[in-house]
Amino acid sequence: MLIYASKRFGIAVLVAITVSLLSFSLIYLSGDPAMALAGESATQEDIENIRRVYGYDQPLVVQYTNWLTKALVGDFGYSNYMRVNVADIIFARLPTTMTLGGCALLFALVLSIPLGVLAAMRPNTMIDRFALSLAVVGQALPSFWFALILVFWLGITWQVLPITGTASWLNFVMPSVALGYYITPAVMRLTRAGMLEVLTSDYIRTARAKGLRPPVVLFKHALRNAIIPVVALAAVQFGFMLGGSIVIETIFAINGLGYLAWESIQRGDLPMMQAIVLILACFYIVLTFLADMLNAFLDPRIRVG
Amino acid sequence: MSNILEVENLVVDIPVSAGMLHPVQGISFSVGRGETLCIVGESGCGKSLTALSVMDLLPSSASRNADRLILDGEDILGVDERRMSDLRGDRMGMIFQEPMTSLNPAYTIGNQLEEALLRHRNVPRQEARDRAIYLLEKVGITAAASRLRQYPHQLSGGLRQRVMIAMTLMCGPDLIIADEPTTALDVTIQAQILLLLAELQKEFHMGLMLITHDLGIVARVADRVAVMYAGQIVESGTAEKVFGNPSHPYTQGLLDCIPIPGKTKRGAHLGSISGIVPSLVGDLSGCRFHDRCDYATPECTAADVDLKAGESTDHAYRCLLSPAQCAENAKRKVPA
Repeated sequence: MLIYASKRFGIAVLVAITVSLLSFSLIYLSGDPAMALAGESATQEDIENIRRVYGYDQPLVVQYTNWLTKALVGDFGYSNYMRVNVADIIFARLPTTMTLGGCALLFALVLSIPLGVLAAMRPNTMIDRFALSLAVVGQALPSFWFALILVFWLGITWQVLPITGTASWLNFVMPSVALGYYITPAVMRLTRAGMLEVLTSDYIRTARAKGLRPPVVLFKHALRNAIIPVVALAAVQFGFMLGGSIVIETIFAINGLGYLAWESIQRGDLPMMQAIVLILACFYIVLTFLADMLNAFLDPRIRVG
Repeated sequence: MSNILEVENLVVDIPVSAGMLHPVQGISFSVGRGETLCIVGESGCGKSLTALSVMDLLPSSASRNADRLILDGEDILGVDERRMSDLRGDRMGMIFQEPMTSLNPAYTIGNQLEEALLRHRNVPRQEARDRAIYLLEKVGITAAASRLRQYPHQLSGGLRQRVMIAMTLMCGPDLIIADEPTTALDVTIQAQILLLLAELQKEFHMGLMLITHDLGIVARVADRVAVMYAGQIVESGTAEKVFGNPSHPYTQGLLDCIPIPGKTKRGAHLGSISGIVPSLVGDLSGCRFHDRCDYATPECTAADVDLKAGESTDHAYRCLLSPAQCAENAKRKVPA
């Protein structure tokens, strides 16, 4: 187990380094950063000044190392637009996005896993068809459109839920549904496929031959095995959701990381974008690592060599 | 000898795209307490489905019918799933063909063994653990206590099958059904496992229904033998009668396929039964074996052939030929 965990951890660190390289290079993606900062009417001298002040004249390796060592202690630099430390803003907004992401994931899992199990237990029945159509619709609906539909009906026509802000937990209902619904189809279909396969396996027959009750057969023996690929998928989907939260937060005017990312892109606030990309990517990496650990816990073939 | 299992006129039907499949067509047998019944036959003759019928573990598309299905005096034909699951694992256990996949990869051996006892008996976990260790030692597994913490993927096929055997013994069942328990194992392990089963069966005085196509083993462990062909029992009786006086042409053919050390000449062709098993889809009539039989006559296809008594009691076969003719054929075919 320790060997497996340290291997996975090593890979996670490597991926994190790669991601940091990518997000560092963002600053050069849109041309010379010093020129961009100086503005259109700046003289050559101004540009050189800015280049020196911000350290853009140093070799790239030095720049990267400086940036990374600062980032590691939570210093992401200074937002030229907002005139504040990037880290302050980001860590103020992060909890909102995590709450949204967590709620959305919870909604998605609570909806899709039981549906997937039910569909697998009664294949080609009404419940299976219902789950399938839900999946098809979920796959086909763009989340921004679905979010707007929710806003229109629940928020404006019937006025049962607030449509903007983060004042209470009610504000999180629609965004979580809109965001979570997007990953429901994949999780549900994988649960269904996994359960279908596991339910016809020999060890399920053995469990029944032992006289175990159907719930024990279903949950202890079948679901535990069927859920293993779902864990990995859910982690990947959570990453997509963090990306999707940019759209959802913008629609519902939720002051989270996604909304901040959208604002920063519009303003060309490069240090802010850099930091957001890095932090979201790191979250994704941590999550994947945790999913690997959870899988190792569920599947002894991974854990015990 | 009181019967632990009585099956009368068991029929299994499975709808398939080509029509109705009749894998088991009215077979009857019984297993006595402390008795070993071997069911012999080639692949696809309905042996496994017969076993699964008794356990009520048939695939959901299959339908099961019988005149009588009695386990230890209790009619289990019409009982509900709840009662059936009380009996499964407690009064009767089953060992499957594929030890590699028959254990749940996610749980330890100990967990899966203890679970079998804890389901049916209200005993503390420690007692279940002790019983598991005791039985693992019984089935010839060394360092049993430490095995409990191992997972199936850490054990070889032979060990896993021993674990499966121990698992079926957890509640001390009256009947064990072993469905080709050695087919997936190394040849060197096969005999060990079967002899182990036979030993345990004697020690715990259980009924054993052993499904196999290893006739050598049948000859060594069986009290009674039922030969199945195309969903029917074509010959049944005590092991001595069936092996000493094989009457049905199919049984004779099977025995003819076995090389006998010292008798079969080196390099000589082994016996074989030409042709293939008939399709069991749709309406069937006449002797199922007629198109592969050396002695077939037009009469054979006219109507279904019934089981009839052989030359002695405790012996029956499903053929139009008289016992004397059968004995004559046997002499020519099977070197005594």
